[in-house]
Amino acid sequence: MERERLVGVMQGIVGVEGVIHEREELRTYECDGLMNYRVIPDLVVLPETAGQVRDVVRVCYEEGIPFVARGSGTGLSGGALPVESGVLIVTSRMRRILEVDIPNQRVVVEPGVINMWITEAVSGEGYYYAPDPASQIVCSIGGNVAENSGGVHCLKYGFTTNHVTGAEVVLPDGSLVHLGGGKAPEAPGYDLLGAFVGSEGTLGIATKITVRVCRKPETVKTLLAAFEDTEAAGGAVSGIIGAGIVPAAVEMMDRLTIEAVEVAVHPNYPDAGAILIVELDGPEAEVESQFRQVIEICKQNRATEVRVAGDDAERALFWKGRKAAFAAMGRISNDYYVQDSVVPRTELPAVLKKISELSRRYGLRVANVFHAGDGNLHPLVLYDNNAPGEAERAEELAGEIVFACLEHGGSLTGEHGIGEDKKKYMPKMFTSEDLDVMQLLRCAFDPHQICNPGKIFPTPRLCGERPGPFRMHPVQKAGLAELF
Amino acid sequence: MKTGRIPAQEELRRIAGAEHVREAAPEDAVDGVRPSLVVEPGSVEEVGAVMRVAHREGLAVVVRGGGTKLGWGNPPAAADLILSTARLDGVLEHAAGDLVLRVQAGVRLDELQERLAGAGQMLAIDPPQRGATVGGIVAANAYGPRRYRYGTIRDLIIGIKVVLADGTVAKAGGKVVKNVAGYDLSKLFTGSLGTLGVIVEANFRLHPVPKAARTVAVEPESPRAARDAAQAIMHSQVEATAVELHWGGDGERLLSVLVESIPEGVEAKREAAAFLLRPFGEVRDLGEGEAAELGPVPVPGGSGGEVVARISAPPAELGDVLESLLRAAERRGVGVRVRGHAATGITYAGLRGGEEEIASLVGELREIRARRGGSVVLLGAPPGLERRVDAWGPGGDYLALARRVKEKFDPRGILSPGRFIGGI
Repeated sequence: MERERLVGVMQGIVGVEGVIHEREELRTYECDGLMNYRVIPDLVVLPETAGQVRDVVRVCYEEGIPFVARGSGTGLSGGALPVESGVLIVTSRMRRILEVDIPNQRVVVEPGVINMWITEAVSGEGYYYAPDPASQIVCSIGGNVAENSGGVHCLKYGFTTNHVTGAEVVLPDGSLVHLGGGKAPEAPGYDLLGAFVGSEGTLGIATKITVRVCRKPETVKTLLAAFEDTEAAGGAVSGIIGAGIVPAAVEMMDRLTIEAVEVAVHPNYPDAGAILIVELDGPEAEVESQFRQVIEICKQNRATEVRVAGDDAERALFWKGRKAAFAAMGRISNDYYVQDSVVPRTELPAVLKKISELSRRYGLRVANVFHAGDGNLHPLVLYDNNAPGEAERAEELAGEIVFACLEHGGSLTGEHGIGEDKKKYMPKMFTSEDLDVMQLLRCAFDPHQICNPGKIFPTPRLCGERPGPFRMHPVQKAGLAELF
Repeated sequence: MKTGRIPAQEELRRIAGAEHVREAAPEDAVDGVRPSLVVEPGSVEEVGAVMRVAHREGLAVVVRGGGTKLGWGNPPAAADLILSTARLDGVLEHAAGDLVLRVQAGVRLDELQERLAGAGQMLAIDPPQRGATVGGIVAANAYGPRRYRYGTIRDLIIGIKVVLADGTVAKAGGKVVKNVAGYDLSKLFTGSLGTLGVIVEANFRLHPVPKAARTVAVEPESPRAARDAAQAIMHSQVEATAVELHWGGDGERLLSVLVESIPEGVEAKREAAAFLLRPFGEVRDLGEGEAAELGPVPVPGGSGGEVVARISAPPAELGDVLESLLRAAERRGVGVRVRGHAATGITYAGLRGGEEEIASLVGELREIRARRGGSVVLLGAPPGLERRVDAWGPGGDYLALARRVKEKFDPRGILSPGRFIGGI
């Protein structure tokens, strides 16, 4: 279909206001939170209803036009990077909270709803939505579902996939299906919802999402402990986990990160080689006792200072530095590259040592800020884009860090996703058989490969279409066995 | 019923070793369908080789772990081979410091828990079927009372290795808890009842074993009161581990709440739970023995040979679920015994009566769920009843997609054909 006609067809579906087709305006959407990949889409469509999403996708399916869904565009792996000559479907006009059902502890929302809004909607009833990615005041639930977003509290509470109980999804062929139990605990059949969450927008577009909300804990206790180095802090983390304690969060920052956040947001952190923030929540008696134990463990591991948050304001100050860590790098470096990878928690000391070796070898500073409880590292590679070759060296160093994590039994990504950014590394973690089998699922959902094509997999696989109805088992067909 | 001698028996003997391939006996039947051979491969490679033969010859394969849930689902349309995971029983890695476990599928859960307990850890799942293997629990997505606190095995699995119908070996996930690299095939295979591939290994996150536990219980006077009591616990800050409903035909009525914590914390939790239950009757403490003996689920074919229906419904509808079930059963003269994970929305009905009456009762419950959300699944019904009533019910608008997934993973339809929803 010619572009001009396509614009008209899309305007017919979503209205003139809902289609962006002027080149200058399209530029706004050329990248997501990962800015080193840029592609200007052919068209941007902003539907307001599930029916409109379905109609838009149906046109794409019939015309063979690739499409990409985008929420708030905060993703850090290029998952919402547009495709050339493709349509970008943006959910920012689908922002209604459709239902709050406290008796069943469920909230039903449209995909463009901002993560934080869910907590705001149920906070008066004593509830909250547990997954809390750092971008929670701007990121959308639809994006969270696509990326299976984590956050600082997932050590105890799990990830998006553990909190989404149902989704209405427009499949890449334009059909509308309902996955998961919704308000019921389960639906019979394959766990297609479990497969959909975290599929990085390659299996369809969620148009309605049901999430579980959690009762606010009775008590929250937070401490900040300073250590001479990350090794001592890591020892404390092992001690806490070894004691059978499951904290709500355990975060670590190294010296460079502490310096940067101090300049940026003045959280008044102690001068230290490493800082731990440990948060426990739950019933009071349990938390009080375990909290005393955590303080003791920190001291045993040579903590130079332990501060306990006396009130919510002080707790917020502890967290302020941590939550500002990525952005704070801008104060000490022109440019920085955010990495996201995972190692088994017990491998943290070895991997941190490797990172500091790599940092020396490449002559680039690396700041480390991470979810220490679950071994999820966010090394920030600092560089200067104006220095010739430094950007390339930074990317190479970031890649070396990922390989080190894989060597120690870890993963390419803990929460940012593979997207465009890391697909080239996938063969380092998975065999070609592994990747082919994953793509069988892709082919079942998206036989024409038009839904966010080119992401996740380094070598897209042709689907070898076998259309037609479900076939009877050959043994049954041959009359060798009868159907009971 | 026997399907006759199957081809390639010699080849299968060469693959797995002659002593690990035998003629099937009557007790190897899957929901009344008698297979020809039982094969027990000793490695992932052998599973792959067995599947390549089965694929080439078009042999229907039913995977068996502990054999405790073979009655789940519809009877298979065909079953030539039983592929037993009995010899795949290795614990490959227990990284205690990382709270991570890597095991082969044939490991028995009870033996595994004993071993993990030595390190003060557990796989936080408590399905009632004794002798169940880890692979079978994943394949059937089996769970028990602790689902309320820890979720099901789909929330604990972090990696999987499978052998597809054509012998392809593939893995997904990994051995770290936080991981979003690639599709989450671990979840796709969870609950797929052996229809997508053979689960040969799985990785899990573990939890520390709570050091102290208490169970308090109340006898609610009506289904409404049972619902309100469960709601009181759900909306509190007690962080209960399980909320169980017991509602027998002989007047037994009990709503029990399990709380777990550290020794310093458990009394406060017990008191908080007891306080919340007080409006619904006299609260009493259950001893460890009594709490364990209550047994959350009626066992199909067990005492009295009940037909077990599992109702999944929004938890706030517990009162309606119970009332409609009791009324519908009474009208038909069907005996009913109820166990349920009350705060989760799962209710098991153990039904005793004529096949026609039970079939029509299940139909009525399904009709209610179609309107109100949820489902009614039969777990282990006699083949005669399964002829009248599909074990899974109608399913939803996702069925065509589910069939496409099956078609991609098992294009020849040799894995447990017909056992799953929608004829899959």
